[in-house]
Amino acid sequence: MAQHSYWQLFSSVYSKDVTLAFRQRSEIVNPLLFFLIVITLFPLAIGPEPALLARMAPGIIWVAALLSTMLGLDKIFRDDFNDGSLEQLIASPYPLSLSVLAKVSAHWTTTGLPMVIMAPVFALLMNLEAQALGATVLTLLIGTPLLSFIGAIGAALTVGLQKGGILMSLLVLPLYIPVLIFATSAIDTSSMALAYGGQLAILGAMLAIACVCAPIAISSALKVSVS
Amino acid sequence: MWKWLHPYAKAERAYQLCNTLLPYFAVITVVCLAVGWIWGLAYAPADYQQKDSYRIIFIHVPSAILSMGAYSSMAIAAIIALVWQIRNAELAVISIAPVGAAMTAIALITGAAWGKPMWGAWWVWDARLTSELILLFLYFGVLSLYHAFEDKKSAGRAACILAVVGVINLPIIHFSVEWWNTLHQGATITKFDTSAIDPSMLWPLLINIAAFAGFVGVVTLIRLKNEILQCEKHRPWVRELIGRGE
Repeated sequence: MAQHSYWQLFSSVYSKDVTLAFRQRSEIVNPLLFFLIVITLFPLAIGPEPALLARMAPGIIWVAALLSTMLGLDKIFRDDFNDGSLEQLIASPYPLSLSVLAKVSAHWTTTGLPMVIMAPVFALLMNLEAQALGATVLTLLIGTPLLSFIGAIGAALTVGLQKGGILMSLLVLPLYIPVLIFATSAIDTSSMALAYGGQLAILGAMLAIACVCAPIAISSALKVSVS
Repeated sequence: MWKWLHPYAKAERAYQLCNTLLPYFAVITVVCLAVGWIWGLAYAPADYQQKDSYRIIFIHVPSAILSMGAYSSMAIAAIIALVWQIRNAELAVISIAPVGAAMTAIALITGAAWGKPMWGAWWVWDARLTSELILLFLYFGVLSLYHAFEDKKSAGRAACILAVVGVINLPIIHFSVEWWNTLHQGATITKFDTSAIDPSMLWPLLINIAAFAGFVGVVTLIRLKNEILQCEKHRPWVRELIGRGE
């Protein structure tokens, strides 16, 4: 068997997942639509006053982002688990954490990145000040990969279960709380025209830690689920 | 230390160890609980401001401390189980989790009961309260993940991984919640130094903390014994034990 470089492994797993997602566009579009609908519900529920909406916007946008990330999480490993390719990845001589990293990156590209791109539109819907737009996009840009990493741990733990979906949200949502706190506080601070670099730095630090530690946790969880 | 520890990886030895330790923990619990509660609830002087209602501290503070203590011991057991693949440590994780969850629930409920007369509200979104609530969610996560698996072996491993992930996140959650709170509300209300307590109240409090620690130990050991027996029920030594009617 020809040896492949780690980069080849990463890119082939990554491109396979991204291609699969683009073949089934609903996987990309549905979380976005869900995001949009959740955001539409809030003005209907709490009233359309622009000031009130602008005050609540960071929280609403981020809670909607958390929930729509949860929608796609189950997909990361479910299909590969069902058709057996997950077992092949585990049995292959390459480090599982690397292919896991590729899968999580593919998941982020297909669910997190569209949210980042659409974020300005959502911010406008919520009457967020123009100066907070940059912070919204930046926090989503740093925060959504973090959500994918943490969420993938939950997905890997529950992939072997028949009804893993609700259980996974129970496991993952408490772990999302720090991301939510720092991201919303960064947007809040920026809408008051203050410097929000500190919150972004903490989010970045959490992303760096997750990048290193989460693939290890995910791969050991996958080994438990598959065995 | 490894040489000293590794016999306890065998279920039978671990079971015997539980049996040896159980009476000590039981004595500590009964004595300290009796002394601590009677002293604390009946003889300790009343607070000058809160009058007698402060006495809930003798239940609230020990359970809050033990809720976090139980989580850290659960995480230590989980790390041991994952690193050295010791099955008994997995069983220990599962034995501690419900006890810790109960302690967290007691701390939250007594806190609410104390908060109503003192702060005028059952629940305040204060940093400590919030992180205690999240701790309860983490316990529930470990428990429900364990019970979701049919196969108890992978259930134990999965619960261990989640416990370790949780313990890495716990300080981050704690500090982020504290920071979130100070951003929005200013100083915390519940912060107090143990040294700021009069010795006549401090001593019963310390005794109560010891009693709760002993109680957690007793319940965990009993649960661990059951888990070991259930997991090893087809082994000859368990059959012998059951045959003897012990």
